[in-house]
Amino acid sequence: MLANNWSSKNKTMRIVIIGNGMVGYKFCEKLVGKTAQGFAITVFGEEMRPAYDRVHLSDYFAGKSAQDLLLAPAEWYKDNHITFYPGDPVRSIDRECKTVYSHNGITAAYDYLILATGSAAFVPPIPGTEKEGVFLYRTIEDLELMTAWAKRAKKGAVIGGGLLGLEAAKAMLDLGITDTQVIEFAPRLMPRQIDSAGSEILQNKLQRLGLQIHTSTNTTEIIGEQSIRAMRFADGTELDVDMLVISAGIKPRDELAKACGLDVGPRGGIVVNDLLQTSDRAIFAIGECALHNEMIYGLVAPGYEMADVVAANLTGGSKTFTGFDMSTKLKLIGVDVASFGDPFLQTRETRTVVFEDRHKGIYKRINVSEDGKYLLGGILVGEASAYNMLLQTCKNKVVLPPNPEDLILGARGGESDSGAGMTGLPDEAMICSCENVSKGDICNAVNDGCETVDAIKKCTKAGTGCGGCVPMLKDLMVHTMKSQGKYIRNVLCEHFDYARQELFDLVKVKELKSFDAVLDTLGHGDGCEICKPAIASILASLWNEMILKKGNDVAQDSNDRYLANIQKGGTYSVVPRIPGGEITPEKLIVIGQIAQKYNLYTKITGGQRIDMFGAHVNDLPQIWEELIAAGFESGHAYGKALRTVKSCVGSTWCRFGLHDSVSFAIRVEERYRGLRAPHKIKSAVSGCIRECAEAQSKDFGIIASEKGWNLYVCGNGGSKPQHALLLAQDLDDETCIRYIDRFLMFYIKTADPLARTATWLNKMEGGIDYLRNVVVNDSLGLAENLEREMQSLVDNYTCEWKEVVENPELRKRFNHFVNAPEEKDPTVTFEQLREQKKAREWK
Amino acid sequence: MSNTLIANMTWFAACKISDVPRNGGVCVKYKDEQIALYYFARREEWYATQNLCPHRQQMVLSRGMIGSQTGEPKVACPFHKKTFSLVDGHCMNDDECESIKTFPVKVENNIVFIGVEEDDEYTVNK
Repeated sequence: MLANNWSSKNKTMRIVIIGNGMVGYKFCEKLVGKTAQGFAITVFGEEMRPAYDRVHLSDYFAGKSAQDLLLAPAEWYKDNHITFYPGDPVRSIDRECKTVYSHNGITAAYDYLILATGSAAFVPPIPGTEKEGVFLYRTIEDLELMTAWAKRAKKGAVIGGGLLGLEAAKAMLDLGITDTQVIEFAPRLMPRQIDSAGSEILQNKLQRLGLQIHTSTNTTEIIGEQSIRAMRFADGTELDVDMLVISAGIKPRDELAKACGLDVGPRGGIVVNDLLQTSDRAIFAIGECALHNEMIYGLVAPGYEMADVVAANLTGGSKTFTGFDMSTKLKLIGVDVASFGDPFLQTRETRTVVFEDRHKGIYKRINVSEDGKYLLGGILVGEASAYNMLLQTCKNKVVLPPNPEDLILGARGGESDSGAGMTGLPDEAMICSCENVSKGDICNAVNDGCETVDAIKKCTKAGTGCGGCVPMLKDLMVHTMKSQGKYIRNVLCEHFDYARQELFDLVKVKELKSFDAVLDTLGHGDGCEICKPAIASILASLWNEMILKKGNDVAQDSNDRYLANIQKGGTYSVVPRIPGGEITPEKLIVIGQIAQKYNLYTKITGGQRIDMFGAHVNDLPQIWEELIAAGFESGHAYGKALRTVKSCVGSTWCRFGLHDSVSFAIRVEERYRGLRAPHKIKSAVSGCIRECAEAQSKDFGIIASEKGWNLYVCGNGGSKPQHALLLAQDLDDETCIRYIDRFLMFYIKTADPLARTATWLNKMEGGIDYLRNVVVNDSLGLAENLEREMQSLVDNYTCEWKEVVENPELRKRFNHFVNAPEEKDPTVTFEQLREQKKAREWK
Repeated sequence: MSNTLIANMTWFAACKISDVPRNGGVCVKYKDEQIALYYFARREEWYATQNLCPHRQQMVLSRGMIGSQTGEPKVACPFHKKTFSLVDGHCMNDDECESIKTFPVKVENNIVFIGVEEDDEYTVNK
C-alpha cells in the first residue's frame, strides 16, 4: 500500500538497509523474491562477512566452517543487483536529506530506510570485563578468538544461564573445556522460558552432563593482571577460571536511531508501529533492534516475520505485525526444552497439571482453563515430543478431552490412546509441510466434495511437493468420508471398480496376461498412470513373464519400462545384482572398466552393491551386453521387486559368527531375484546377534541363533522407520525358506498397491499374531498353495536384461530419437564433482 | 489428427506407424526440437506434444505413460507424475504448472506426419 502511492511517480524506489544480519538478509530475500523491478537496493554491513546463521553459531565448534554458516554467498547480492558494502558500518543518518553516510565515506540517498542493526551482547557493569580471556558470544570473530584462547584454557565459566548462556556453555564443552561453570544472577536457569521446577530438573540434567551451575550468584569482579585468573562473587567467594564468556542477554543497537532523533524506548530499542515504521515514516526498524509494543523480540522467527511485513508493504501488499508467539522448542546440550502459550500462568481461574520424574529428568506442565476446555500454555523439559501437538492445541483453542492430563501422561486405565493415528491429530496439525496444508484443510476439502486423492491434491496442493504425505491424505479422506456415513470401496482408480486384492484373484482366475486384456475384461476407459503400473505388477507377480512383452511395456512405470532408474536430467543408473554383497576382484574390474568406457558416476549403494549413474538411454543395451558377458545379471533396482539381501561376513571369517550368513543370503537373493511385488522388498542375513547386516530394518530379515535362524518380518527404513517383528525362531534352512515363501506370497496377494510390508502389517487386523498364524500355523490352509505359487515364480525367472540384449525389437525401444536412432539426447549435460560427474541441477 | 491447415503449417514425416509402440510414445527429432509422439491405439488416435516437461525442465514426456481422465487423453511425466492433456496441453493435476505445446498429427500410407508452424518462435529445445 505504501508502494501504490509510490509507483504513480514511476521511478526507481531507493531502499537502503543498514545491517546485514539474519533479519537484514531475510528482508533482501523477501524483496528480491517479490519483485526485483523498480528497486535500487543498497546494503551496509558492519561485519566483513555477508549474513550468516547466528542461530547455529555453536555448529561452528562442531565442525562447520564460517562458509557453511553463510545464508548466501557474496555473489548472491551481485546476482540480485544489490549494492552491498560489507565491513562498512553507517556513521550517521541525515533524515532531512534522506541520506546515510558510511564509515568509509560512501553516501547513499534513500526513499525508504530499513534499520536492521540487530543487537549487541549485554555486558553487565562488572570491573575487569576488558581483561584477556574474557569473551562475548555473538559473532564468528568472537568464536575465532575463543577457539584460539581455548587451547591453553583449562577452567571455563559463562555468565548467563539463559538460552544464549547455555548455548555458550555448550560451545565451551565443544572447545574441550570440560570443567565449565555456568553463573546465573537469577535464582534459576532460563527464567524467561521455564518455571523453577522445570529449571531444577534442567539443572540436574545438565550437571549430570558435566556442567556446574551456580544460580542466584552475582559476579562482582573479574580478577587477574593482564588476563583473567578468577571471578569474585557478592558473597565474597572466588572461583578460579582462565576463560570467561559473557552471554547474559542482548541490548538493541539503537545508537544510530537515537543520534538522528528517532524515538527509542527507555531501556533501548527503536520504537515502531504495527507497520514497523519508526517515528519517521520513511524509516523502518526490524529484528532485535525494534521495540514493538514495548517488546524486543530476541528470536529469529519474529524478525523474519517483520522482514516479511515491511517487504510486503513496500511491494504493494498490505500486512501488519501484531506481535509474535514466543513458543519455542530447543535442544540444549542434548536436553529438550520447550515452552508454549503462557507457560507461567497461575491464577485461581486456571488449573495446572504437572508431571515430574526426577530420575529420568523429565518435567511437564500444562496450564488449563478453569472449565478444563482449553490449553493455555505449558512447559516441557527432558522430553518434548508432544510439543507440536500441544502448541497446535493451545494456539487453535482445540477443545480438550475430558482428562486433560492425558495430554502429557498418555491415556491410562486400559483404554486405547485417543491421540493415536490420524484421527487423534488436531485440525491444525501440519500434514503437508511442503505446501503448509493442515489436517483441517484436507478434511474440509473432502467435506466439500474432493473424494479422490487427486481432487484433494488439486484443491489444497497437499502432496504436490515431495509426495511423502500422500498415504496420509488417502487415510484422512477415507476416515472423513466414513464419518459422513459414506461407503468407501478401496477401488484402484476410475478405470477399475476393484481393489488390488480382488483384481489379483480375478486376473488369476481369468488367466489374463496383458494390460489390455485386463482392461478389456475387468475395466473400462483407457487406463492411467495409477492402474497401469498396478496391473503390470499383478501380471508380473502372477505369471513372472518378461515385463516388456505382450504390450505390457507401455503399462510399466518409466523405470520398469527402461529397466533402469531414471535420474535427474533424464539419464539412467545401472545396478547389476551382487548377491549377498559378495563379488570377485575380476567382476569389480569389469564394473570399473564399463563405468570408465561409458563415463558413468559410480557409488556404493546402501544395499551392498554398485550403482553406475549417468547412462544415456541409448547406451543401456550395450552396457548390459558387456555386463552379462562378464556374468552379471539385472539387479532389479528399478522395480517394485526384491532388491538386495544384505549380509555380514558371517562364520567364514568373523570370530563371532554362528552360521555362514553370506551363503544363506546368496541363496535367498537368488531364490527371490526378480520377484515383483506391490512395493520394493529388502532383506538381510546376520551371522549372529550383533546384527551387523541390520536385518531388523528389512521387509524380511534373518538372524543366526545358536540353534538356527530367527526370522523377522515387516520392517523398513525410509521416512517412517519401523523395526521388523519376530515371526519364528530357531529355524533350519529349509523351514526358513518355506516360511519366507509363504510370507512373501501372502503379502503379494493381499497388499494394496505401493504398500510396503510394514504398512501392510499395520493395517492387518490382528497384526503380527494373525500373520504368524497364517504363515507358521497355516490357519487359512493356504500354506501349500503359497509355496507352490512361489516355486512356479522361482522356476520362471529369467534375467530381463539378457532378453532385451538378445532381442533386436526390444533393443529398438532404447533409442532416444525414433527418427535418429544413433543420436543421443543433446540436452543431457553434466557437471563436474570431485573426480567424477553429477547431473545438472534442475530448475 | 486435425486436417485444418493453418497458413504457415508444415507437415514433416516423423516415422512409420510401426516405429511407435501401441499405447505408448516416442521422441521425434525435428531440426533442433524434440517432439513427443503418442499412439493412442485403444482409441486409434495420435497426439504430439513438446518433449520437455515444464515442471522440472526435463526432456522425458515421450517416456511417460498415457491414459485418460474422465475420457480426456493425457500423458504423465515419469519424474513427478504431472499429467498433461494431450488435447490442449494444460496440466491436469497442478493449476500452477505451465501448459505444454501440442502439435497436430496425421497418418498417410503408414507414415506419421507432425504439423509444425514454421515461423513459430517457440522452440522446445531451449
